[in-house]
Amino acid sequence: MIKRGLFKNPKNQLEGNPKLQKYAVPCVTDEMSISCPSCKKALLNEELAENFNVCSKCGYHFRLNARQRIRLISDGNTFSETDAGLSSQNILDFPDYDKKLENARLESAEKEAVVCGNCEIGGYHCCIFVMEPYFMMGSMGVAVGEKITRLFELALEKSLPVVGFTVSGGARMQEGIMSLMQMAKTSGAVKRHGDAGNLYVAVLTDPTTGGVTASFATEADIIIAEPGALVGFAGPRVIEQTIRQKLPHGFQSAEFLLEKGFLDDIVSRILQKDYLTKLLFLHDRGRKS
Amino acid sequence: MICYIPIMPFALKRDEKMNAYEIVRAARAKNRPTSIDYMERIFSRFTEFHGDRRFGDDKAIVAGIAKLSGMSVTVIGIEKGHGTKEKVARNFGSAHPEGYRKALRQMKLAEKFGRPVVCFVDTAGAFCGIGAEERGQGQAIAENLMEMISLKVPVISIFIGEGGSGGALALAVSDEVWMLQNSVYSVISPEGCASILWKDASKIKEACECLKMTAADLMSLGVIEKILPEKDGLNKLCTAIKKELLASFGEKLALSSDELLERRYQKFRKIGIASVSAS
Ligand SMILES: [Zn+2]
Repeated sequence: MIKRGLFKNPKNQLEGNPKLQKYAVPCVTDEMSISCPSCKKALLNEELAENFNVCSKCGYHFRLNARQRIRLISDGNTFSETDAGLSSQNILDFPDYDKKLENARLESAEKEAVVCGNCEIGGYHCCIFVMEPYFMMGSMGVAVGEKITRLFELALEKSLPVVGFTVSGGARMQEGIMSLMQMAKTSGAVKRHGDAGNLYVAVLTDPTTGGVTASFATEADIIIAEPGALVGFAGPRVIEQTIRQKLPHGFQSAEFLLEKGFLDDIVSRILQKDYLTKLLFLHDRGRKS
Repeated sequence: MICYIPIMPFALKRDEKMNAYEIVRAARAKNRPTSIDYMERIFSRFTEFHGDRRFGDDKAIVAGIAKLSGMSVTVIGIEKGHGTKEKVARNFGSAHPEGYRKALRQMKLAEKFGRPVVCFVDTAGAFCGIGAEERGQGQAIAENLMEMISLKVPVISIFIGEGGSGGALALAVSDEVWMLQNSVYSVISPEGCASILWKDASKIKEACECLKMTAADLMSLGVIEKILPEKDGLNKLCTAIKKELLASFGEKLALSSDELLERRYQKFRKIGIASVSAS
């Protein structure tokens, strides 16, 4: 079983130094090499970056931030962001939420837990959303729901496919019922986009859980996941507490979901761009730009 | 057949000054009426249908058709049960994926035959367990959200006790959501919230207030359409619900399905939008 969370961006590198944020690469420390949390072998930072942040020895997928993913998946400089300024407010006056938002903005250098826009993938124009693990673990509040909804509405208007990368701890507790309502809102937008004959491909990355799993992550026409990604409705600790027993090895892994019939395939990050290009090609209705 | 268990006509009443924690306790009270208690008082000729045609029959969800005065309606309820034996059989009202799929199957039949749908919601949440995950709890809920928001017949959901997160929402993407005065609706249990926020599950009272989970809070946030007072007891409450349902369905059945669906979409589209800032 892969150990998770070991390579969370060290907080102290970023706190109080906003200039550093743009250059911070979450998975890599200052040292020249890093030890793989799965196989324990030492990997050179430079080689790791060249290999899509995938361990060349065992295939372990290191966590990526949203901008790194967009760079890996989109063609050249084709990405153009939409609704970049949207962010959540502390609508319920929830204790410490303002401070949490502030810290999340510092830690991730993003305004919210999802980045949306349009880009080309293998020459095919599409809308794309990528959730941000370093912003409150990709939790969904009103702003995340709104950005994703607007993206599907835009894609519907322009008859474009949507490619979405999910990573989320679920609904954002600090926005209470408002975060739960985002599940309904995004589902409505996904449905309208799909009913008009447009393609939606979801790529589930580690971890995808809670309200995101129970809404747009599992509503795609084609659902793929990264190897080893944890995907589930309830988190493993909550399940263990509920049933008072240990979960079997590999429970809720992408491999487990594939076997249970909830994924179309597991695609290594190294092959994802080619895979997505192929899907867009196979669904192409003569719009290649 | 639903099994009719005689229950104490529990006094559904409250002191107007109850705090959020007291309301949570009332919503979870042992002798509180459950979905079947409402169904048998509001509808006639209820005929229960079992199973999701895919895996099994989840007894945490009761579904069927009945008459609301002269109108045929589809009735779905999350059922906690009364008495230990029934509660266990109904998994204390925590549904598995097959429960949500059973509900969806009945909703699709309602759409086919042009019947309005009434959902009763009373759950601590969708069940968290091995089988539930193996059979796609997240996917089952997601599918209900997507299908409910585009279901071409009127849907009204009534929260009668607890409304726990995605497991409640999976029966509540409706034209109108009504809540009993002492029911609650929340993204997370106050216990869960307290243990995440303060690493202290005993701070449940504070969590109840923070989450804004009472009917009155949700009304002021624009999440629900109606609060149903409980002070006159179960029978009078059911008479009132029956009247309200007839009036509301009458109104909604007069709309074209395009208009109905546009209104439902826009209702969820707008919730909370004022709280987002653009810079
Ligand atoms: Zn390795």
